[in-house]
Amino acid sequence: MIRTSGVGLRHGPLQSFRKIRESDSQLSHAGRRTKELFLKALATPYNRAHHVFAVFTAGATFLLIIAGALVTSNDAGLSVPDWPTTFGSLTKMPHMVGGVKFEHGHRMVAEFVGVLTIILAIWTWRVERRRWLRLLAVAGVGTVIAQGILGGITVLHMLPPAISTAHAALAQTFFCIAVLIALFTGRRWIEEQPRIEFDTRSPSLITLTWLSVFVLYVQLILGAMFRHHGIGWVPHVLHAAVVAFVLSWTAVRALSQFSHVDEVRTPAVTMLSLMIVQLCLGFTAFLTRVAWGHGAVQPELPMVISTVAHVAVGALLLATAIVLAVQVWRHVPVAFEEEVPTVERKAVAA
Amino acid sequence: MNRKTLAMLGVLALLGLLLLAACSKKNTSEEQSSSPTSESQPPTASTPIDPSTAATVSGTAKFDGTAPKPPKIDMSQDPACKGDNTAETVVVKDGDLANVFVYVKDGLGNRSFDVPKDSVVLDQKGCRYHPHVLAVMAGQNVEIKNDDPTTHNIHPTPKDNREWNESQPPSAAPLQKTFAREEIMLPVKCNQHPWMKMYVNVVKSPFYAVTGPDGKYEIKGLPPGDYTLAFVHEKLGEQDQKVTVAPKDSKTVDTTFKAGGM
Repeated sequence: MIRTSGVGLRHGPLQSFRKIRESDSQLSHAGRRTKELFLKALATPYNRAHHVFAVFTAGATFLLIIAGALVTSNDAGLSVPDWPTTFGSLTKMPHMVGGVKFEHGHRMVAEFVGVLTIILAIWTWRVERRRWLRLLAVAGVGTVIAQGILGGITVLHMLPPAISTAHAALAQTFFCIAVLIALFTGRRWIEEQPRIEFDTRSPSLITLTWLSVFVLYVQLILGAMFRHHGIGWVPHVLHAAVVAFVLSWTAVRALSQFSHVDEVRTPAVTMLSLMIVQLCLGFTAFLTRVAWGHGAVQPELPMVISTVAHVAVGALLLATAIVLAVQVWRHVPVAFEEEVPTVERKAVAA
Repeated sequence: MNRKTLAMLGVLALLGLLLLAACSKKNTSEEQSSSPTSESQPPTASTPIDPSTAATVSGTAKFDGTAPKPPKIDMSQDPACKGDNTAETVVVKDGDLANVFVYVKDGLGNRSFDVPKDSVVLDQKGCRYHPHVLAVMAGQNVEIKNDDPTTHNIHPTPKDNREWNESQPPSAAPLQKTFAREEIMLPVKCNQHPWMKMYVNVVKSPFYAVTGPDGKYEIKGLPPGDYTLAFVHEKLGEQDQKVTVAPKDSKTVDTTFKAGGM
């Protein structure tokens, strides 16, 4: 057995490209031409309208997260005691004052996003040739339905912390799905030839990016549990240090090794910037809610602004981390040494 | 069905189970809290008190120190809310402390008492609760009225009683509610107007009072005996005092809350 000096791929789309390249050498010119046409026919053409709609859906989902955060920050979650009706009606618009404007406004934005998601799924199913993307769009619909049901359960059961936390976590999960659909339907993703850079260091960048996503998701759950009175603020604040460390490590590794790959550099810089903003917002939210706002007679504007911004930037941060992970998966595959049996190698040389 | 589909279904099923577990846990606790254990118990005969020996305890709740300035309430969220826009968290006038719930915490033994047939009224007016601190006996009816031209929702958040949340539009019929279990300073809020907060105190005996704006209270009809009197304030906490009353006695028990207790 000998170790070759070349590199192999542990993951990534290049595996399939390599197979195609290897088999190409065995085909005639006509055969290669036929194969190229076949692959071209298989590839999904860029559909601008579809992509714009996916971006719009992701944008509307971001607004929905802000609307939901406004409900929690204004303690308005139970201002409408019934669900799925509002004060006994599915169609009648209530008087939009006090907590009702936040809660019913949130329900209206949620219904709008639900409709957008269904349209996006149907559209994707019709125009998309990538089966996994069609399934992702359908998963988006399932997530939105589950999210609506969780929202209803939390109202009917008077905001149990476990359900409210699940509602908050699923909201950002759906936002990530919407962002990914927007990414996968984009022109660059569809038409570009991925620029491949091998990662030989350990832990690999792909490991670090998925670790970032994991610690962010844990932080999201801890934050939601604190916001919904399931736990105190200490675990969320302590875990912020872990998040800051892991995200900084990931971003520094990405930027020091692969800053020349646009698709990696942009989300890495964005993630680092958002993390700094998020830490500042978290500190402000702590001051306005825990230190100064404790015992306030009603939700005060500085507390509402800082906590809502903290939730919104948190959602952007999680989505950016997932985009970075996906781009690293695509552009920075892990290199490894292939073990080739010596006998076989000699036979090929002969 | 391939492996991936099966795995996905497995994860979904797991999530569903977790969800169900979370819901069922809440349901169970709700059922437990809503099961009227004390209501379903057969009423024991009340112990008669000889009116000729009944004593009276009265006094004043004082506040020692500089009274905090009442925080302003911003009612601009609802144009229909036009009222006094200061919070009633700590109401002090000339050193007298209002809204202190005073009750006989200990010393009554196994005595039982008839639940008054009269309702206690809780009114919503000017987007505030009247009174701010209410006291009732367990099982006594509370009539909740809405005298505002806007919708309120009444949402008690108890520890030992059943939680409920109902909206009440303008001119709606009063809600009739009871609280089954003893609970001190049970918070009630309106989620439509987040500054609206009040406290209900539910006790098993009729020996209780709430201090007025002059800080005074009076508890009448106490049988002779040794008692622990508790003074409870929503922000300043609880203070207990021992008192012994002889037949036809009229005792004065004052208490002082310090500013540092906030």
